[in-house]
Amino acid sequence: MTGVWHQIALALPQLLRGLRTTLEISAVVLVAGSLVGFVVGLLLLYGGLVTRLAARAYVDTIRGIPVLVLIFACYFALPALGLSLSAWQAGVTALTVFAAAHIAEIVRGGIDSIPRAQSDAAKAVGLTFWQRLRLVILPQATRRMLPPWVNAAVEIVKGSSLLSLLGIVDLLLAMQNVVGYTFIVLPFYLLTAAVYFVVNFTVSQTAAMLERRFAYLKY
Amino acid sequence: MPPILRIADLHKRFGTLEVLRGISLEVDPGQVVALIGASGSGKTTLLRCVNALEDYQQGRIYIGEELVGYREVDGQRVRLSESRVSRQRAEVGMVFQSYNLFPHMTVLDNVTLGLVHVQRKARGDAERIALAWLERVGLAEKVRAYPFQLSGGQQQRVAIARAVAMQPKVMLFDEVTSALDPELIGEVLTVMQDLARSGQTMLVVSHEMIFVREVAHRVVFMDGGVIVEDGLPAEVLVHPRTERLRAFLSRFRGVFGSV
Repeated sequence: MTGVWHQIALALPQLLRGLRTTLEISAVVLVAGSLVGFVVGLLLLYGGLVTRLAARAYVDTIRGIPVLVLIFACYFALPALGLSLSAWQAGVTALTVFAAAHIAEIVRGGIDSIPRAQSDAAKAVGLTFWQRLRLVILPQATRRMLPPWVNAAVEIVKGSSLLSLLGIVDLLLAMQNVVGYTFIVLPFYLLTAAVYFVVNFTVSQTAAMLERRFAYLKY
Repeated sequence: MPPILRIADLHKRFGTLEVLRGISLEVDPGQVVALIGASGSGKTTLLRCVNALEDYQQGRIYIGEELVGYREVDGQRVRLSESRVSRQRAEVGMVFQSYNLFPHMTVLDNVTLGLVHVQRKARGDAERIALAWLERVGLAEKVRAYPFQLSGGQQQRVAIARAVAMQPKVMLFDEVTSALDPELIGEVLTVMQDLARSGQTMLVVSHEMIFVREVAHRVVFMDGGVIVEDGLPAEVLVHPRTERLRAFLSRFRGVFGSV
């Protein structure tokens, strides 16, 4: 048993580098996916006929495709169209495209769930479209978006492990490398699973805390 | 004095359903006009058109000299830009049946919102104005509360303060006591009576016949999307000329037993 602990200690820097890559990818995808998803979500609600249909087609198509197919498409198929991306670029692009489609639907649903009476009242006060959105609708809608958005964040962290298939040394591939030369399988898989769990549990608990913080605003 | 609100031959359709079928109405500054009629007669839709919350297919609405929601180019109606319509809405105050306060803001912030973001007042000035109005509606001690902490009557009084703080040319009241428990109706009507006395121009949709009789300068009875009777409360309510109004008023007989 001491041998296992020793190997874990030796492998730790390598695993931490992998974890850092996982967290970096997740953070970039979450931020980019949220920004794009927010814009697409607004287009779904307020776009003209053409932009609305385009946004709807994007969201429905992407949500119907397995994320692994998107990842392979970005890495292996885009070069055929003359666009060569590095593994990291392709992987992050694919995950962002995927996350944005889901977050767009979350944004649309969140805004849509605010009663129209709120928008009427904001209009009656004389607020313009963007003021109504910024001052009245979004402050209420974001609270409703938070739980599904956290789900999306957790899916992104887990989905980032798929990028190991492109040779990106994230937490999963770092662990597999260690297993490759130590031949200690189960402890490292358990350790890795535990690390993923801790990351995602922290994310969801933080969100739950925020939710409780704003619980008084339910109506 | 020219009318402050002028509605001419207003037609409003929802799809094939014509809700307003040629409404003409003029309201003088300081006048309190009560709109009565059965539900579905178009009263609420009329108010919403005046505040540009609904578009309309035909006719004109003027607040002062300004055509609401549209401009006319070579005889053609063109919808005004979002920002222009917003500016017009700021000239009209509206209070809704379901209060519609902003639940994520304190009472004070509900009232200062329009003052700060629409009228561009400094926050200090906006708060002074808001506090004065909240005091006038009897809620000075609730300024830091959130809407969910208030009773329906208190919420509705905040909603009134939010609207009148903008010094609107016309105030629209859309069945503002209909969602309230009976014991809370009085406090809201008292505030409205106070406003009416202060010379505020008001267009009030209400089923509170005692209030209508005592406070309104004029009663307009709507039925089926048209105005059927229009006159002094003492005449319209007590000596209805049409069978339709008589039938409508008969439902309130208890109220008028004392008339």
